[in-house]
Amino acid sequence: MASDDVVVAVRDVHYSVDGRPIFSGLNLTIRRGRITAIMGPSGTGKTTLLKLITAQIQPDRGQVIVFGQDLATLPKPEIYAVRKRMGMLFQNGALLTDMTVFENVAFPVREHTDLTESLIKLLVLTKLEAVGLRGAAQLSPAELSGGMARRVALARAIVMDPDFLIYDEPFVGLDPISLGFILRLVKQMNTALGITSIVVSHDVQELSTIADDSYLLERGKVAAAGSPQELAQSDSPAVHQFMAGSAEGPVRFHYPAPDYMQELLSVDES
Amino acid sequence: MSKVTHGGFLSSGIRKFGAGAIFLAQLLVQSVPALARPRLIVYQIYNAGARSLIIIMLAGLFVGMVLGLQGYNLLQRFGSEDALGTAAALGLLRELGPVITALLFAGRAGTSLTSEIGLMRATDQLVAMEIMAVDPLRYVAAPRFLGGIVAMPLLSGIFNLVGLYGAQLVGVQFMGVDRGSFWSQMQGAVELRDVTEGVIKSLVFGVTCSLIAVNEGYHAEPTAAGVGLATTRTVVASSVLTLLLDLILTAAFL
Repeated sequence: MASDDVVVAVRDVHYSVDGRPIFSGLNLTIRRGRITAIMGPSGTGKTTLLKLITAQIQPDRGQVIVFGQDLATLPKPEIYAVRKRMGMLFQNGALLTDMTVFENVAFPVREHTDLTESLIKLLVLTKLEAVGLRGAAQLSPAELSGGMARRVALARAIVMDPDFLIYDEPFVGLDPISLGFILRLVKQMNTALGITSIVVSHDVQELSTIADDSYLLERGKVAAAGSPQELAQSDSPAVHQFMAGSAEGPVRFHYPAPDYMQELLSVDES
Repeated sequence: MSKVTHGGFLSSGIRKFGAGAIFLAQLLVQSVPALARPRLIVYQIYNAGARSLIIIMLAGLFVGMVLGLQGYNLLQRFGSEDALGTAAALGLLRELGPVITALLFAGRAGTSLTSEIGLMRATDQLVAMEIMAVDPLRYVAAPRFLGGIVAMPLLSGIFNLVGLYGAQLVGVQFMGVDRGSFWSQMQGAVELRDVTEGVIKSLVFGVTCSLIAVNEGYHAEPTAAGVGLATTRTVVASSVLTLLLDLILTAAFL
């Protein structure tokens, strides 16, 4: 694999919070022009991985290399230069509440370019039309439903034509129409514009329809990697449990607790 | 970090003070590029200043009227009620104006700054800016900090003006102090250094209260309880520090 084919390389990353390890030797590669799914049960550090890739946090050990640059060695202006090539869709949208929908989408353009007002208007309206919300341009974020807010956030994420898009749980809580729409949009942006995409989610069914590569995280490591079809046919019990959505199996569903029977009995005694 | 966690009240206080000083340095660095966006700063002067006008003017009027009543009552015992203008002007310019304005500012503008920034943190808006390669210190924190510093002396000036009117209203209109001597004695006794003292105090309080409000909001725990706690801390810390700094500054000016 040529090195310029790799957008993100995570190499032997260790990361812990208050002594509790989140990652212990994580390795994964995001390749250019592909949609990569990051899956895993809740609490396996999917969001932490996104924080590492966007340089919000630094690993305790190991490297996170984005566009060929080790993020830990970069000063802040260089990190900002890397981030200008990324777009990120937050789960809750994270729209700026003191601006209209239009101004939210225009925000990165105004901050990073000297485009004229008419050009900004054209650009923003095009992106809003792409997510079907041109008519909502003058609404405030408080007037939007959750799904609409996420679509506006998507328009904002693509307004600077990033090389690389990150989706944090894009399918959670969407109605079937919005869900299908977002799925198609993710795929379209990938095929039409060649945008590299990372989709963090645990919606296995949805992901398997669009993802080229997928990683299944479990206990701070990659438990399985490959195309969604390969993962579905995996005979590893952990992978099978996750893809089938079962609480029983090697993947821990219950938070660690003392013996159930003993705890119930001790309620009586006290 | 583990070295300091066992420390008591003093060490946590020193740590907070140090963190505040570092945040102030970062804010000052980011304030330079923030000056290139005067629109944002002007909006924050409006937000912290103009929106506090009603409470400041009402408080100024009442404080001035109380000064008029108490001052008249005290001064007439010595037959020197003509000095009421001087007493009110010096009290307002040097002490009451800057201090009460700062206390009201902390309650009105400081809390709204803290909760606004804290909620922006809790709803990922600050992180979203970071990812869009926009420094929230420059875009969110610095304009609010600068706006507060500009607003405070202006509010204090307005408080003084309304306060003097209140003292005059009670002293001259109701109690019958001679209008000419009220104003002329004030003009003769108030010196430039009295005004300077008030302006310097309100600038110092402006920096302190804005810094605390922005710092608490920026570092608030991103939960409903966290933002609530941060807002409370803003009022408590601003009020206590304002009064402490007032004591130090008053001693320095004597």
